[in-house]
Amino acid sequence: MNTVTTTTTPNAAAGKAPTQYYRFKPLNIGRILIWSFFALLLIVAPMIFTSSLALTMLSQIGYLIIICLSYNMLLGQGGMLSFGHAVYVGLGSFIAIHAMNLASAGKLPIPLVLIPLVGGLGGMFFAVVFGYVSTKKSGTTFAMITLGLGELVAAMALMFPSFFGGEGGITTNRVYGASFFGLNFGPQNQVYYLIAVYCFICTGLMFAFTGTPLGRMLNAVRDNPERVEFIGYNTQRVRYYAFIIAGFFAGIGGGLAAINFEIVNAADSLNGLRSGSYLLFTFLGGATFFFGPIIGAALLVFALVLLSELSKAWLLYVGLVFLLMVMFAPGGVASLIMMNVRVALFGKIKRFYLLYVGLFIGSAIMLAGAAAIVEMIYHMQLNAALGPMVPFAGLQLDTSSATAWIVAVALLAVGLGVFEVVRRRFAKVWGHAQEEIEAEIKRRETA
Amino acid sequence: MTYSLELRNLRKSFGKTDIIRGVDLAVTAGERIAIIGPNGAGKSTLFNLISGRLTPSSGEVLLNGQRIDGMKPYEINRMGLSRSFQITNIFPKLTVFENLRCGVLWSLGYKYTFLRFLSNLDDANERTEELIRQIGLEKKRDVHAVNLTYAEQRALEIGVTIAGGASVILLDEPTAGMSKTETSHFIALIKHVTVGKTLLTVEHDMGVVFGLADKIAVVVYGEVIAFDTPAAVRANARVQEAYLGSAVADAQGAGH
Amino acid sequence: MNVEFFVISLLNGVSYGLLLFMLSSGLTLIFSMMGVLNFAHASFYMLGAYFAYTLSGVVGFWPALFIAPVLVFAMGAAFERYCLRRVHKFGHVPELLVTFGLSYLILEVVQLVWGRSTVPYGLPSALQGPLFTLYGTQFPKSRSFIMLVAVLMLVSVWLLLTRTRIGLVIQAALKHPEMVEALGHNVPRVFMLVFGGGAALAGLAGVVGGNTYVTEPAMAASVGSIIFVVVVVGGMGSLAGAFLASLIIGVVQTFAVAMDQSLATGLQAFGVAVTDQTFGYELLKLTISQVAPILPYLFLVLILIFRPKGLLGTRED
Repeated sequence: MNTVTTTTTPNAAAGKAPTQYYRFKPLNIGRILIWSFFALLLIVAPMIFTSSLALTMLSQIGYLIIICLSYNMLLGQGGMLSFGHAVYVGLGSFIAIHAMNLASAGKLPIPLVLIPLVGGLGGMFFAVVFGYVSTKKSGTTFAMITLGLGELVAAMALMFPSFFGGEGGITTNRVYGASFFGLNFGPQNQVYYLIAVYCFICTGLMFAFTGTPLGRMLNAVRDNPERVEFIGYNTQRVRYYAFIIAGFFAGIGGGLAAINFEIVNAADSLNGLRSGSYLLFTFLGGATFFFGPIIGAALLVFALVLLSELSKAWLLYVGLVFLLMVMFAPGGVASLIMMNVRVALFGKIKRFYLLYVGLFIGSAIMLAGAAAIVEMIYHMQLNAALGPMVPFAGLQLDTSSATAWIVAVALLAVGLGVFEVVRRRFAKVWGHAQEEIEAEIKRRETA
Repeated sequence: MTYSLELRNLRKSFGKTDIIRGVDLAVTAGERIAIIGPNGAGKSTLFNLISGRLTPSSGEVLLNGQRIDGMKPYEINRMGLSRSFQITNIFPKLTVFENLRCGVLWSLGYKYTFLRFLSNLDDANERTEELIRQIGLEKKRDVHAVNLTYAEQRALEIGVTIAGGASVILLDEPTAGMSKTETSHFIALIKHVTVGKTLLTVEHDMGVVFGLADKIAVVVYGEVIAFDTPAAVRANARVQEAYLGSAVADAQGAGH
Repeated sequence: MNVEFFVISLLNGVSYGLLLFMLSSGLTLIFSMMGVLNFAHASFYMLGAYFAYTLSGVVGFWPALFIAPVLVFAMGAAFERYCLRRVHKFGHVPELLVTFGLSYLILEVVQLVWGRSTVPYGLPSALQGPLFTLYGTQFPKSRSFIMLVAVLMLVSVWLLLTRTRIGLVIQAALKHPEMVEALGHNVPRVFMLVFGGGAALAGLAGVVGGNTYVTEPAMAASVGSIIFVVVVVGGMGSLAGAFLASLIIGVVQTFAVAMDQSLATGLQAFGVAVTDQTFGYELLKLTISQVAPILPYLFLVLILIFRPKGLLGTRED
């Protein structure tokens, strides 16, 4: 999402003031605003959402943002589909937690605030080692290699219990050593702010990366790996270096996770399921825009923490949403937002308000019906011993009576009908709007 | 004397099939060579062999006196040889400006750095501006490459090829698929941007060939059967027999 | 290590390898044809086992052997028609992702319908017991049945592809789908059939594997990553390579699990004393059987370093 205006002042002669390219005069207001807003959000969030559950979630979102952004460096920016990112996050966590234990035993003089960096270096080290093999290939083969390596490391965890802690994992105490300006990072909100600072800095660094030569060549490799070789770059090298940098940030995220939970368990943090969830939610958030994974990280925590409490069927919902997203909106939530932003920038968003309301109502009814059915089925399967009543959105549904089922199916059908009718109208109006926008762009070009 | 590009007994087989059967070619610096021949003669394969996309079965390729056969494409490119592709091979999701800038980065020594910002690289940005003016796409600088018209994409293709400042340029059917007006505009563009460079271009359009080339190499069945000035090639009996068919050539030659 | 152990382990290894091949052959076919690596392939394996379990209870094992794969075929074909086809235009990554999402879905639905614990999918009476006894160790009928089914399947697929008209179209569409379509063949329908066919092969593997081994929700995950290793080690797109790789991995795994030697015992055989205090003791005391789970992945890494095309790979992608 680069909204850029150029000011180019031609060079009168060599030795004069350097030409300005893609600079904003006098300051890049838009960029400063966005980053300030982000910082403000990070600072203020725990003051708005004060429950301890909210604080836990915010802390998790904080370091997951770093992890998902690092993952998107591979997926969205580099076109590398990795199924083994959890390896670098997890190994970063383990290195960090061992460092914490060594530090609190007095053997390693590292203050807590620098532990995430240790995690980052750990992740980077393994990325150097494993990345060399992984980046030899591209595309589907690369995906398979990362999958295999992920399983390899996860399986090795059981073989080295002194490093991986076996079944119980490794525990630590994050309160050790001298306090940092009066903070000992015992209470959760102090940990949150530590995470928030790292989140802000890492996000900034990763965004900066996208504007560097390596970052741009990574995009070129994504678009056309063969052509890159013919303009003087070794494609594999570009991928390898990007892989290492992504591994570094993944390790930082892992280190923060270790600080947050004070325990790291190999079975949880290294396996394919974890890697899968990073992939799933980064994609859901949107891999084609820089801020997409930020949304994805938030969705990940909401699903894992809130949704799993609300319903036993949460993984089914997530799987369905993911499937529908890949089929109908492969750019993720971020792309949906940006498409509407584009329409709004051309001043055509008003005509969609009512249609969006219609779509929302239709999908809400559909969701109510579908969720009721799913919940009732799940209840019958898993909680049959508790009797036939299922709590659902404040109501009690009786799975043994036919009325509940009939009503649910009816809701689903009605919702589907409403949704479909509104969708067709929406598609027509959207098509018209796009045509108008295209015409406008052409007009501006030739003007 | 050291030739800019030299091919010595170059051979390439795929399995049992011999595609290139012993090609000898010596190109002096600054020359413009057109490579012509019937379809399937091996012209693109020749380009692939020279630029490193394929490895020769035997024989040598020398760039400014140094052997480049068997080297990787990026190594060859860094030594000063650049090529374009018959099927447009650009970076679809990057803008025109970004496409060209990618082409200049290595030649200006930026390599794999992630410690500098692209917007601060004045020399890269200036060179890119110059390029974008040369190929005539200033109005489309922020358009994503996938959204350009065919002719504009071909122009961008050439732009990316010459971006690195290579001294030897290989253009593989640059005017493929263009209309008459687009073609004549394009020839002017090619002449303009390859001033002082050694140019090899594969072409089918005889008008382009006779208008652009200092010398013509005729490739038939993986061998060079003639390598001479346009007039001499036109008069060469073997060539006429194999490829040209003088009436057709005259008609096309008169058109440009 | 005696002859008895060797022969029985070899037979076990071959039967496991053939099971792996049944699974990876479908995967290879789908990949060769459509360029899609079907992440949900192991899920179809699981579905086959569960369908067969339910059908066995209703109509008995032998009809289930034929009906279950047909059901899985229908599901695979439907998925291709309504989901995969739609995503085709977005490229290979979304295709892979959509099968990835499907694997989650199938796992959840299976757990929903059949519960989260192991189901008692048992062997029919005809397959219980040993086929023969060799030096006092029995070789079960069920495993030999797997080998039989695998060989029959291999032969019939090969015959189908090389001797029938539809097979010819499939082979052509494998390389040049657009040209074949231009010649008037309904290539999208062929894709649907191949995807459904690949799924059915996986389902068949599930029918015979589910009662020989265990039928539970985790069965897809346990075998899923190994078949990807098989496909990559054998060479993406090569059926013969998948065959070779499956056998190698199957045999090596089976042998490794039974061997309790470790580097430590090996060193001790040479007279070197190894105690807790020896440097790297943790690594040295690992027995081969403990290392067995990672052997396929080790293979993968080694192949990719030394022979990236795979054992018999033909295409570089």
